Amino acid sequence: MSTVNEHGIRAEFKLQLDSFALDADFGAPTVGVTALFGPSGSGKTTLLRCIAGLERATGSLRVNGETWQDGAKFLPVHRRPLGYVFQETSLFPHLSVRANLEYGLKRVAPAERRVSLEQVTEWLGLERLIARGDPAKLSGGERQRIAIGRALLTSPRILLMDEPLSALDTRSKQDILPYLERLHRELNIPVLYVSHALDEVARLADHLVLLEHGRVIASGAVQETLARLDLPTAHLDDAGVVIEAAVSEHDEKYHLTRLDFPGGQLWVGRTDQPFGSRVRARLLARDVSIATQQPQGTSINNVLNARIVEIRDEGPDKVVVRMTVGDEDMLLSRITRRSRDHLALAAGMAVYAQVKTVALM
Amino acid sequence: MHTLNPDDLQAVWLTLKLASVATLLLLLIATPLAWWLAHNRKWYRSIVAALVALPLVLPPTVLGFYLLILLGPEGPVGELTRAMHLGTLPFTFAGLVVGSVLFSLPFAVQPIRNAFESIGRRPLEVAATLRASGWDRFVSVALPLARPGFLTAIILAFAHTVGEFGVVLMLGGNIPGETRVLSVAIYNHVEAMEYGAAHWLAGSMVLFSFLVLLGLYLAGGRLARVMR
Repeated sequence: MSTVNEHGIRAEFKLQLDSFALDADFGAPTVGVTALFGPSGSGKTTLLRCIAGLERATGSLRVNGETWQDGAKFLPVHRRPLGYVFQETSLFPHLSVRANLEYGLKRVAPAERRVSLEQVTEWLGLERLIARGDPAKLSGGERQRIAIGRALLTSPRILLMDEPLSALDTRSKQDILPYLERLHRELNIPVLYVSHALDEVARLADHLVLLEHGRVIASGAVQETLARLDLPTAHLDDAGVVIEAAVSEHDEKYHLTRLDFPGGQLWVGRTDQPFGSRVRARLLARDVSIATQQPQGTSINNVLNARIVEIRDEGPDKVVVRMTVGDEDMLLSRITRRSRDHLALAAGMAVYAQVKTVALM
Repeated sequence: MHTLNPDDLQAVWLTLKLASVATLLLLLIATPLAWWLAHNRKWYRSIVAALVALPLVLPPTVLGFYLLILLGPEGPVGELTRAMHLGTLPFTFAGLVVGSVLFSLPFAVQPIRNAFESIGRRPLEVAATLRASGWDRFVSVALPLARPGFLTAIILAFAHTVGEFGVVLMLGGNIPGETRVLSVAIYNHVEAMEYGAAHWLAGSMVLFSFLVLLGLYLAGGRLARVMR
């Protein structure tokens, strides 16, 4: 299905459980975050557990050219150089915060340690948490940070995260996301991230593997995959695309920031990101409208030149339009069927895409 | 004024020895058994669980009777021990230990099994992803988390062995210094109408049991804080 070379992850699993069958075949690249995305019951977590060896499926698994599992071989969990972050906070209650962090570290031969306690403490801001001693004194988000640090301290060659944010409230989530993004930038190991939240995927993932009923239905770069109309992701309520752009101007008078990308520019609320830094913007299909003529007298700041590629019906009243902006980027717009007919929209037409809201990730 | 006579003291000492040895053996046997019962899903698990629980419902004399036959010179186990030049077990201290272990087995297995079950699989899975091997996971995660269950098992097994009477009488008889434990000694005093001596023994037993339990509960609480 995917063309991943010797490096990265190459997995093929079959597993029959009581209520559900997994039949997954996928690859993931060596670096960056690969999101395993799908509705609940689609087999994301089971697939992750198979990769960890926590579930014994038939099939094969190669990680960075090393065989972890095939017909004859099944590497036990504790011999797989991986880090695993569970959905709920899973700190050992009988150990102190520090002992939790050191639990895996102590079990890795000194010669194989590539991450130090000091480094992880610095990356994840753990110093004050360690000082509190007892894991019971930490909040859910703080405990999850310790769990991530604990996994990283085993110097894993791949990091597996099973919806690490889903058990947290919105505030804890917002607190922890920047740390995850930092990991994304600083770690050069592949991360497999299970999620059913499209906003997390849009924010963190580079690569997307889509699951449905235990099967991989699509896999590819996150920008391209989120813009595909043949996939269910384009028809979720919060469907939308991701655009990578550079911070190019700060407008102090109106408290705005300009982002440049190959297909044009976007004005967003003033951000603290320094000039020139790369950021991700998320444009939801429901926030994008279409005009056939250059809009005049509009309050909308962001109008992009786009070309329609494909239109697909969605329910009795709506359609989703896929457009290109520039050579690289895609845009989705959800409009009514009546508007489509009224404007006589069709593939190949040049249009103006009006973007009402841009979420900076 | 009555006090404890040397024979009584011997009975007390023998009881403590029996309870300690039996409890130690019970921990060694009950821990793997409880682990197996907590984690195995084989069809015959229920059969094993029912067998372990059997001493709960059987009158001790029934258990003692069968053990007497089984371990006696004509019984299969008795023939085996004789072939190994170990003699026969009934009416010896070793025989009492065997009987006590079987009799108190459910009291040791059940709390430990419950503790293992309440830990669940997740902490062990977490430990496995942190490079801990099976034995390592058991020692570093399962045992410390199951500590309250072990404490309960120790208290129950010890107390239950101290208090047993039926099995001892059937299997051990009444040999001073060898099988005459506290409960039997009290029975003897009562039989002989020596109510004063019986009072001394029975009263000491109540006090002793209370002190042991108190000490264990206090130690358990302190241990929990130390291990944090």
